Amino acid sequence: MSALSVQHLLGIKDLTVSDIELILSTAKQFKEVLNRPIKRVPSLRDVTIANLFFENSTRTRLSFELAEKRLSADVVNFAASSSSVSKGETLIDTVNNILAMKVDMVVMRHPKPGAGVFLAKHIKAKIVNAGDGAHEHPTQALLDAYSMLEVHGSLKGLKVAIVGDILHSRVALSNIFLLNKMGAEVVVCGPPTLMPKFITSLGVRVEPNLMKALEWCDVANMLRIQLERQDIKYFPSLREYTMLYGLNKERLDSLSKKITIMHPGPINRGIEITSDVADSDQSIILDQVENGVAVRMAVLYLLAGQKNISEA
Amino acid sequence: MTHKVLLGPDEFKLTLSRLCYELIENHNSFSDTVIIGIQPRGAYVANRLAKQLKDITQQNITSGTLDITFYRDDFRHQAEPLAAYDTNIDFLIEDKKVVLVDDVLYTGRTIRAAMEALLQFGRPASVELLAFVDRRYSRHLPIQPDYVGRVVDTIQSQKVKVEWVENEGTDHR
Repeated sequence: MSALSVQHLLGIKDLTVSDIELILSTAKQFKEVLNRPIKRVPSLRDVTIANLFFENSTRTRLSFELAEKRLSADVVNFAASSSSVSKGETLIDTVNNILAMKVDMVVMRHPKPGAGVFLAKHIKAKIVNAGDGAHEHPTQALLDAYSMLEVHGSLKGLKVAIVGDILHSRVALSNIFLLNKMGAEVVVCGPPTLMPKFITSLGVRVEPNLMKALEWCDVANMLRIQLERQDIKYFPSLREYTMLYGLNKERLDSLSKKITIMHPGPINRGIEITSDVADSDQSIILDQVENGVAVRMAVLYLLAGQKNISEA
Repeated sequence: MTHKVLLGPDEFKLTLSRLCYELIENHNSFSDTVIIGIQPRGAYVANRLAKQLKDITQQNITSGTLDITFYRDDFRHQAEPLAAYDTNIDFLIEDKKVVLVDDVLYTGRTIRAAMEALLQFGRPASVELLAFVDRRYSRHLPIQPDYVGRVVDTIQSQKVKVEWVENEGTDHR
């Protein structure tokens, strides 16, 4: 009952409903820990975790590092830009060298989809995927779910609109998997060029009109336009994107009900979402960041608690 | 497995009352005292005691619950991690006299973890231990209770369970 069915957290796709429920309920206890005068528990004091970031990140890396430190784990950090990767070392070699220094768990972000899955097959350590290309970002989906639960109490039947760059978004994919498993309804909204061709096969509905999507939903998750992943032009101009898919206060206030606004960050203020929306009382963007630490603590705690880690 | 009832409902009530009066002897006004039950089952004892103390002394009794899951020393020594319960300490324990409450005292490892967890909330003036049942001669650590409901002699393979109206429907053992 209190163990995960998986050895690694590679994606939401591999998790069962009870895994997700376990992570979220454990996260609730960790959130309470984070509000104590001393925000630290000794659970992982004999565990060493390496954070391998082959792609830039501030929020996720900081969040993982804080989660690890608040569980009393030993932490080593690694950023690809300042490493031997630029000298041509392969991924397995890099990771095996790090593991030779007795590391028990690896948190990895990588620009290539499936990097975590690949690594899990070849090395003996627990792996937590912190984002792999446009594939999955499981801890983000879990913290999004936790934040939605805090506001709405249940995910079952919740109407969630995911708006923006669906094509390049690992956040969207992980969120869709998770929300489907937990019985929420999902609508994706964005320019047709940024909509994957077979997205409806994942059990979501496509709504090209932003206002219709917003009018329908309880929660709107506004994604960032990932210009760094766009090798060709997917829409004529950012201004046109903002006109059609940007959320501003006027649009938000014209809705018949109060919806919850989420954003996985980093925000491009004025593009997908305006400042007055991002800072409004309907936005839970900073709660998402706060919950991120608790959710990541829960994931690390539950994975590390499986006995065979020390044999790795 | 055979069961043996150590305390019936009447004795159970009597024992709780006796513990209350022992606490009153040492704590008098309870103005500087807080009662903290260790989750999950120590919380039942703490709630009962707090309720009864309130009836007897006509004073407000501060009580809370403490979960020690993240402080256990057997994490990663078991097949799977244990589920955590709620910690509910919405008062300051700094310079307070803390009475830690658990239902069964056995190896003492829970109490060690509880003391570590407790110190994360501040520096209490003193910490006392109340155990509803003390399985003596089975300690792994140098920990002894200050208040005991019932002392029992047991061997390792035996189990002691305290049943509560709140949970099992009857007060027992």
